[in-house]
Amino acid sequence: MNINTTKIISLLFFIFSAFYLYTAYQIQVFAFDENAPFNARTFPIYLGYAGLFFSGLKLILPDPNTIKVDHQNLEYKKTGILILIAIIYGATILKVGYFLTTSLFLFASYYFLGERRWILMFLLSFPFVAAFMYLLHGILDIYLRDPFLKSIGVMG
Amino acid sequence: MIEGILIGLTTALTLQNILMVMVGCFFGTIIGMLPGLGPMTAIALMIPITYGFDPATGLILMAGVYYGAVFGGSTSSILLNAPGVPGTVATSFDGYPMAQQGKAGKALAIAAWSSFAGGTLSAIYLLFMAPSLSKVSLSFRSPDYFALMILGLTAIAAFSSKGQFLKAMMMVVLGLMLASVGQDSLSDITRFTFDNMNLTDGISFVLVVMATFAMSEALTIILKRNDPTSAAKQVSLTELGSIRINKEERTKMYKTIPRSSIIGFLIGVLPGAGATIASFLAYGMERNVVSDEEKEKFGKGSVNGLSAPETANNAACSGSFVPMLTLGIPGSGTTAVMLGALLGFGVQPGPRLYMTNPEIFWSIIMSMYIGMVILLILNLPLIPYIARILAVPKNYLIPLILFFSVTGIYVMSFNNFDIYLMIGIAIVATFLRLYDFPMPPLILAFVLGGLMEENLRRSLLLSNGSWEFLWDRTLTACILATTILIVVWHIYKTFKKKN
Repeated sequence: MNINTTKIISLLFFIFSAFYLYTAYQIQVFAFDENAPFNARTFPIYLGYAGLFFSGLKLILPDPNTIKVDHQNLEYKKTGILILIAIIYGATILKVGYFLTTSLFLFASYYFLGERRWILMFLLSFPFVAAFMYLLHGILDIYLRDPFLKSIGVMG
Repeated sequence: MIEGILIGLTTALTLQNILMVMVGCFFGTIIGMLPGLGPMTAIALMIPITYGFDPATGLILMAGVYYGAVFGGSTSSILLNAPGVPGTVATSFDGYPMAQQGKAGKALAIAAWSSFAGGTLSAIYLLFMAPSLSKVSLSFRSPDYFALMILGLTAIAAFSSKGQFLKAMMMVVLGLMLASVGQDSLSDITRFTFDNMNLTDGISFVLVVMATFAMSEALTIILKRNDPTSAAKQVSLTELGSIRINKEERTKMYKTIPRSSIIGFLIGVLPGAGATIASFLAYGMERNVVSDEEKEKFGKGSVNGLSAPETANNAACSGSFVPMLTLGIPGSGTTAVMLGALLGFGVQPGPRLYMTNPEIFWSIIMSMYIGMVILLILNLPLIPYIARILAVPKNYLIPLILFFSVTGIYVMSFNNFDIYLMIGIAIVATFLRLYDFPMPPLILAFVLGGLMEENLRRSLLLSNGSWEFLWDRTLTACILATTILIVVWHIYKTFKKKN
């Protein structure tokens, strides 16, 4: 059997399905439901077996279309930075507020992706987010929590 | 019936109602283009406004918003590979590759014409078949729905190109597993939450679709920035191309549109089925009926592959009004919101609706057609402007896609956990995409997961745990036989190619 990344992914999926199946068997159902034809754990159990079946087949059967990825050409560093910025954005959006965090997230993302046109970067972050916020909050009446704008008296 | 049509036309063609359709289509298109804000949100936002009007006008406005939002969703699918609604996921399979080849204008024009044709044909079907179709849809039972969903998921084999059937099936199972997280709908027992309160309500559709399509697409573009094989694609993304559809493409559409409109309409009529299943089935069927040469183009910018789901999802929109108006059973999440509004107006939908309130019944049907015409007039000239989004450099477009994705989740839940979960799923999806694991099967399975479990539960409970329900009814057996035929045909084709 030829080992390639697709097989490794299939093996991981096989292990994941086994864990899912184990967890499915642990689902607590009501005593009167224990021997019912269908209870809360029935469908997940079928799914667990289906996962084992398909990933098992993928592991055993030969793979005629092996996918080769050239990792040297992939931009892991920039992608990692972008993910990190998104995580920081997610962590601060509730405490700091939508306007400031979103604007800073956009500005920082443009910068790390190599953009250096400062005026355009500014226009497409702070005023853009303000306009978008007005569309959501002002016109469509979708509530946006923003402690920062509230503290400076812009939002009620 | 002629009298009813005349009543409908008189109501729908008043200046106020035409204006309502126009306003609805315009706002629907804009809201539908924003990933995360689909027709359901758009219609929900309109409910407080519609209470100021009479029921017919209110529903006409909401129908306009519905069509507009579905078309807007197609636009973001084609240009950004970010379907805002489940019904337009299949549109991105060929619409986005077409845009990548510098034919974004053409893709949008095909989508607009197909939507128009699908909506128009289904409005005609609705006009003549609504009363009798409600009887047919009533004959569908849980086993039939379960079998229909199995068929929908198996049709995924049609979406995956050669050698990917098992990968597609693994993604189907993963989608169903993700859908099983949260409270069990009947017993309220929590499953796979690991004592995390944030998972009690399950994972939202918008989160999964944003993570696996929009966010993962943005991350893949950055990841492959220096990849020489994807460099050509990056350049062509800035090109709009012509919006003219040539004779060869028109010929393909003439064949695709009638069959996809019938599938879309019939699926839309079934309560609980809706535009998503319709568009996936139409795509799968289209791939199976076209020539081998055309089949190779599927997933790479096929005209048939784009036209089929676009026709079907609009046809299903009209079809989903049948169970809502004639039975009071919504055919989709969106019509469920509209049903709520209808009850709010004091109108009780049911078989007697077109006798007790003919002006409502027929004016909605008439305004659907008017809405289609207005949508086309409104959107075709706007295509060059809409497609300008492609001219935005990647350094700006990628952060904006991420921003729309996070905003879509943030306005839904105001929860950090959902944002982290979305980023986590997007990272896994990006890695899986690198190795050609298809994402559409995962999405369809996720959408159908809850319904599938519900129908299996009912079927098994009614048959006392016996699986005989799968062949007890002729209809169920026929649907399952079709499923088996698809699998056998796929295996046969694979072996034939290998030899």
